[in-house]
Amino acid sequence: MLSQFLQFLFSGVTVGATYALAALGFTLIYNASNVINFAQGEFIMLGGMLAFFFMQSGVPMPLAILLAIAIPALVGIALEKLAIEPARDAEVVTLIIITIGASLVIRGLIQIWLGKGTHSYPAFSGSEPIHIGGATLLPQSLWVLGITALVVVALWYFFSRTLAGKAILATSCNPLAAQLVGINTQWVLLVSFALSAALGAIGGVLLAPITLTSYDVGIMLGLKGFVAAVVGGLGSGLGAVVGGLLVGIIEAMAAGYISSAYKDAIPFILILFILFFMPRGIFGAQVTERV
Amino acid sequence: MSALKRHYALIVLATVLLLLPLVLPNNYYYDIVIRMAINAIIVLGLNLLIGFAGQISLGHAGFVGIGAYASAIFPTHFGWHPIFAMLAGAAIASAIAAIVARPIFRLKGHYLAMATLGLGIIIAIVIKNEGTYTGGPDGMPVVALGLMGFEISGEKQWYWVLAATLLFSFWASKNLIDSPFGRALRALHGSEVASQVMGVDIVRYKVAIFVLSAFFASLMGSVTAHYIGFVTPNIADFFHSIELVTMVVIGGMASIYGSLIGAVLLTALPQALSTFEGWETVAFGSILMLCMIFMPKGLVPTLAARFGRNDGEPR
Repeated sequence: MLSQFLQFLFSGVTVGATYALAALGFTLIYNASNVINFAQGEFIMLGGMLAFFFMQSGVPMPLAILLAIAIPALVGIALEKLAIEPARDAEVVTLIIITIGASLVIRGLIQIWLGKGTHSYPAFSGSEPIHIGGATLLPQSLWVLGITALVVVALWYFFSRTLAGKAILATSCNPLAAQLVGINTQWVLLVSFALSAALGAIGGVLLAPITLTSYDVGIMLGLKGFVAAVVGGLGSGLGAVVGGLLVGIIEAMAAGYISSAYKDAIPFILILFILFFMPRGIFGAQVTERV
Repeated sequence: MSALKRHYALIVLATVLLLLPLVLPNNYYYDIVIRMAINAIIVLGLNLLIGFAGQISLGHAGFVGIGAYASAIFPTHFGWHPIFAMLAGAAIASAIAAIVARPIFRLKGHYLAMATLGLGIIIAIVIKNEGTYTGGPDGMPVVALGLMGFEISGEKQWYWVLAATLLFSFWASKNLIDSPFGRALRALHGSEVASQVMGVDIVRYKVAIFVLSAFFASLMGSVTAHYIGFVTPNIADFFHSIELVTMVVIGGMASIYGSLIGAVLLTALPQALSTFEGWETVAFGSILMLCMIFMPKGLVPTLAARFGRNDGEPR
């Protein structure tokens, strides 16, 4: 009984950590530019697929992982520079379609380059499961949780203790005022996109040995990351992390106890209920609209 | 304004639809035009919601799916007449839209996008999972659509049915936009607070237009199912929702002509791109991005602005 519960909890927290990273990516870009980046899921896919490709081509694992995070970051920069910046003043729907177009391009290119197959690579430190209270935990899950925790702490430090981080925060509060005090808002946008792409890619690199990866995993992972960001309250960093873990755990519990066929529907049912009763998510600020 | 001038666009569209069969060489082209017409009718409704009322829906394919599967399931499993099945589907879609609309439309912008996206995905997953009724991922066959002993079959008959329906939808949309209802919609797009202050019950209007567009989406889902004779869960999936929204935005938001152009172009595009073997997705994505970057307002409004044909009428 307890062992089953623990098992579901472990798998929920592991996937939830990836959702949290994706949600943080959504949050970063949303705060910097008010854009919901529907290509966020493709960065998760890129991380996993690139790591697979480099390892298969004989690149040592640490370097392969580094490349699999750096390249998506560059893609993120290119996306901002080439597609988002020229359309800065467009309506929400228009920007959503631009990012969806970008996700199609990324997914299509990977499909042509690496094929439609499902891939995986060995876990970072063996796959001998650890037994805890009758449930098993994969070492890779510890990697996922550990790295996610590290990333969250690093982000917290970056945003609250460094000048660059504070410049980004300032820009998200009020771009015009930030510009007036001398912050290069152009640069803030670029950093946000690079950082958020890297976050997604880290999630993808970490998760691929557990859940496998293919050219089309980005859609669902990305959408669930979006759900996680909204659950926590769009724009809140803490909310994104809590939202990600919450979505992951509830999804795993519902899949285990209720119906595994409806696993993918659970996050969306959850978000509808949350939005019905808490229109701004759990951690969302109450804003008063000025007329 | 003379009657001729007022109905100018309607007459042009009617003439095009009448003459089109003279130049369509074979059933393949009929098929494409039929699909264009089906999409155009859905997009006309969706544009009322997105373009005129300013509310995003990223889940409209869900309603199309409800209509399609109502027309597939009720006659096959329960022996209903296809017409009743079609109406039942539209009623179910409208009811779902009405129930979720009130809480959903308290939301704005991205939250609204999330809620409608979630609704669409849930519908798609239900269709995929309830295999006993829906045939699961493989889909299921649909009976022919008949009325009083007459069965619609073949591309040519379907063409006339859809040409008439398109003409009616076009006329109805134009009238709706010029009615007090349409003015209220445009007002709440302009400023919700201002229209509220002027006495417009904004939630009621948003709900009404959402239900209306869901109703038409469902009807067209039924028509698609009968026309093709087979349904698969793809009809309800997220990508189809995105295609529909893209037709609205590429054609031009708040533009009735834009809805037609958007539906025609985006239905033809995959056909044109199929020669790019393997590169279709990349090409489709690139075209979406380029269109939106260089014409963020969509084709028709951009061209109308360039060629100075702006007489204050919504188009």
